[in-house]
Amino acid sequence: MSLPLLDLKNVTIKFGGLTAVSDLSISIGEGELVGLIGPNGAGKTTAFNMITGVYQPTSGEISFAGKNTLGVKPNQLAGLGIARTFQNIRLFRSMSVLDNVRVAARLHNHEGFFSSLWRGKRWRSAEVETEKNVMELLDIFNLGDQRDELATSMPYGDQRRLEIVRALATRPKILLLDEPAAGMNPSEKEDLMRLIRFVKERYQLSVLLVEHDMKVVMGICERIAVLEYGIKIAEGNPKEIQSHPKVIEAYLGAAAI
Amino acid sequence: MNFRGAKRWLLLGIALAILASYFSPQFNRYYLGVVIDVGIAIILATSLNLINGHTGQFSLGHAGFMAIGGYFSAWISLSVGESIQAFWYFPLSLCAGGVLAAAVGWLVGVPSLRLRGDYLAIVTLGFGEIIRVIAQNTEAVGAASGLKGIPKLTTLGWAFGFAVITVYAIATLVNSTYGRAFIAVHDDEIAAASHGVNTTRTKVVAFVTGAFFAGIAGGLYAHHKQFLSPTGFDWVKSIDIVVMVILGGMGRTGGVIAAAILLTLMPEFLREFSEYRMIIYSLLIILLMLLRPEGLFSFKTQRRSKS
Repeated sequence: MSLPLLDLKNVTIKFGGLTAVSDLSISIGEGELVGLIGPNGAGKTTAFNMITGVYQPTSGEISFAGKNTLGVKPNQLAGLGIARTFQNIRLFRSMSVLDNVRVAARLHNHEGFFSSLWRGKRWRSAEVETEKNVMELLDIFNLGDQRDELATSMPYGDQRRLEIVRALATRPKILLLDEPAAGMNPSEKEDLMRLIRFVKERYQLSVLLVEHDMKVVMGICERIAVLEYGIKIAEGNPKEIQSHPKVIEAYLGAAAI
Repeated sequence: MNFRGAKRWLLLGIALAILASYFSPQFNRYYLGVVIDVGIAIILATSLNLINGHTGQFSLGHAGFMAIGGYFSAWISLSVGESIQAFWYFPLSLCAGGVLAAAVGWLVGVPSLRLRGDYLAIVTLGFGEIIRVIAQNTEAVGAASGLKGIPKLTTLGWAFGFAVITVYAIATLVNSTYGRAFIAVHDDEIAAASHGVNTTRTKVVAFVTGAFFAGIAGGLYAHHKQFLSPTGFDWVKSIDIVVMVILGGMGRTGGVIAAAILLTLMPEFLREFSEYRMIIYSLLIILLMLLRPEGLFSFKTQRRSKS
């Protein structure tokens, strides 16, 4: 494997006396789809927050595309190509579907303050371009018809998909999905798995997936890492993970072995 | 999408302002004064709406920025002498007041906008009081007895024209890819940041832009009343502007304009019942907040309520 795209080395974060993630090392190569699983409170979302710059690790190193990202702000990381969705949906609640995605597309629309006031020719063509790109994305995900609806008034599944569209509008190199299947029914989960695979192929992304639903994780991930109490207890392909004694113990208790 | 529409409205508004100033000598002076008050209130309310409404930061210092712009442009008018006659003098001195207010806004905003919510309210409240106390103790601007003899330069045309420009600037800004970041910060700072929005900078830009227009409003006010007193810029004045924004519906430009008009005219209509004026005024506000908590003028638009 060539140089990994995202590389975490011995990352530890402590909140007061609590060590939320301890000595986590994981690397994701270009075009890889990696799953991160573990019981509730294992530190999966905390790991996400460190990768996206929301939290700073207490110790350890995180690098993205060969660049050390410690101390880099979330908005700058988005510019470098890290995009994410949220476990509890965080759409812009007072905006339409279109505007939600346009905020993210702003990274690639370089018109500034005065240009936006003057609304000259260049500004207009940039705005048209942005809208065109956003509509293309929305249409791919069958959300184009709902462009003017309030994002938070859409059905739950659509909101989850819109979060993915919004993340894609930043043109990321890696997409971090935080429990995208939460609250979905089996057929929606099937669709979601197809969607994740499709997105990964089409935009040539790496994907890091945090998910509770084993069917989804086992179905699409090429490699899976398991966290328990902030410690990585196993890593391997779906088959290895399913039969790993430590994983079974973490999920079902020691008696199950 | 009609991008040219906004500019047409701007030109139409400015044309109306020119027309109004042409006919203004024929109007009753009392009404003329009230209409100018309304224009100034619109500038103050729309500019605060950018900070408190669209961007969701709670500033309580708008009167402070108004004071800076007002005192500075009045001080220029009292110092320059002859050139005050020139047509271009007044807009320039207003802009000078606005720029100074914006610069101070930047100084206050950069450290305090890193803080969230309540802290900003406290900092800006303190800031407004500091400005008032400074004005009260500075001999050059009349100290406690106020600044007298400011030339009457504010006409209906200027007040109306600047109100049109303010509304245009803030409405176009918010309806652009650049300005959508303001609303994104209001809705969810973490989500905005992880999609590439520099949240601190966005807040500072909103704050500085709001301060600029408040400074302009201050200049118009100074050359309208021809007298500035520090007590006119205390925190009650800031609250008045905040009430306009809340009543109009945070982040709704049309509603905030309507509220600015209503709240400026209401005390005038209630003049006959002068003893009960403040009671009626506050009762009306309580009633409006109980009956229309989303703002008096909130109609179903694209940006609906949060809940």
